[in-house]
Amino acid sequence: MSSVWQVAEVVGGTHETDTARTIRLRVEGLRGHLAGQHIDIRLTADDGYTAIRSYSVASAGLDGHLEITVDELPDGEVSPYLVRNLSVGDQLEIRGPVGGWFVWRPSRVNPVQLIGGGSGVVPLMSMIRAHQASRNVSPFRLLYSLKSPETLLYRDELRRLDRESAKLSVDYVFTRSTPEGWPSVPARLTSDTLLATIFPIREIPDVFVCGQTVFVEAVADWLVNAGYPAESIRTERFGGTGGIQ
Amino acid sequence: MGIISSGFRGRRAENPALPPGQHETPDFPVLTAGPAPSIPIDSWEFFITTEGGQRYSWSWDDFMALPQEEISQNIHCVTSWSKMGTRWRGVLLDTFFEMVEPTSDFAMAHSFGGYTTNIPLWDLLGGKAWVVWEFDGQPLARAHGGPARLLVPHLYFWKSAKWIHGLELTGEDIPGFWESNGYHLHGNPWREERYS
Repeated sequence: MSSVWQVAEVVGGTHETDTARTIRLRVEGLRGHLAGQHIDIRLTADDGYTAIRSYSVASAGLDGHLEITVDELPDGEVSPYLVRNLSVGDQLEIRGPVGGWFVWRPSRVNPVQLIGGGSGVVPLMSMIRAHQASRNVSPFRLLYSLKSPETLLYRDELRRLDRESAKLSVDYVFTRSTPEGWPSVPARLTSDTLLATIFPIREIPDVFVCGQTVFVEAVADWLVNAGYPAESIRTERFGGTGGIQ
Repeated sequence: MGIISSGFRGRRAENPALPPGQHETPDFPVLTAGPAPSIPIDSWEFFITTEGGQRYSWSWDDFMALPQEEISQNIHCVTSWSKMGTRWRGVLLDTFFEMVEPTSDFAMAHSFGGYTTNIPLWDLLGGKAWVVWEFDGQPLARAHGGPARLLVPHLYFWKSAKWIHGLELTGEDIPGFWESNGYHLHGNPWREERYS
């Protein structure tokens, strides 16, 4: 089922930042998906050459539509095309959504701590949206580490949910530059900041960590060293030109 | 299916060693389901258990005393990257099996930290699979499965279990961790056995 290529039509494209774009796809027969899954996208050139990449799904998607957010890699093969060239009305091929591990299910009762680095926030956003759309009232927290305010994905939606939803709170760590008037100077995430910000162990949170390899490695090690059970931590990593973007 | 992306050219690195749907990466991305476990060498062991209940095990020193091989292989990750000509050092699985009487057709690889993956025995024997402890001339980093990982390069790389602890021989093919989470039971990259 999920391993079959299907045609998807581009029905929307919104720039989140200078380099990241959210692409909305309509997929015939899509029956929803689990928050946190990914799809494979296949592009075919006019001479038959194909390239395939995996992208995390960003939308909660119960209506025959899927959204992905693609961050352009400077020397990428597929991402520049998706961010710069793909137009509304274009068709492409997708496979999935797939994955049954890095997913959040609305039947879970534990609080959820999301920890995202850069565009690693994309599958976490899918979980936030699924949670918002569900009757699940477990509290969610997002710790979002990013370079600068200019690279912030889902800015308005996160700000609104942080302010208005009793089910979500958001903390930001800016590593290179901060918004004007920000109470702290830019700094990399440290173990101390992490542990002071997230749900404590006694609340038994489900923890999802997504970002580049070095970020995920560091965060996962800090969590384990602080006593968070390894089995409560689910990770998804991407690095270099490969992996899940 | 005839869907053409006009204006898309791509890199077209024509490399016959690349299985379908794969692209080459110079990096070594890490994909793991959870935190990397920490396994001290002095409590490390590699085991093989048979269906009959026999258990064979090797300490790190036993492992080091076995004949070591230099290995150069292409590896293929299901997330579509391939890395060509990776260099490893380790022990051929056939060497471990010289003292084991396998009576089963399948194996479940168990890792420290709880990861499992199922592999038919015929994919592990016959000079096709190793337990490796060195990558590119250096001890295998913990993030990449150190102190030792399985290397089964002719299958997608999730079959090359990091932090390998041992093999449990089984009579039937039982899905392991990723195989229970949407991935293919076998994982041959040349047949694109990616998802279930």
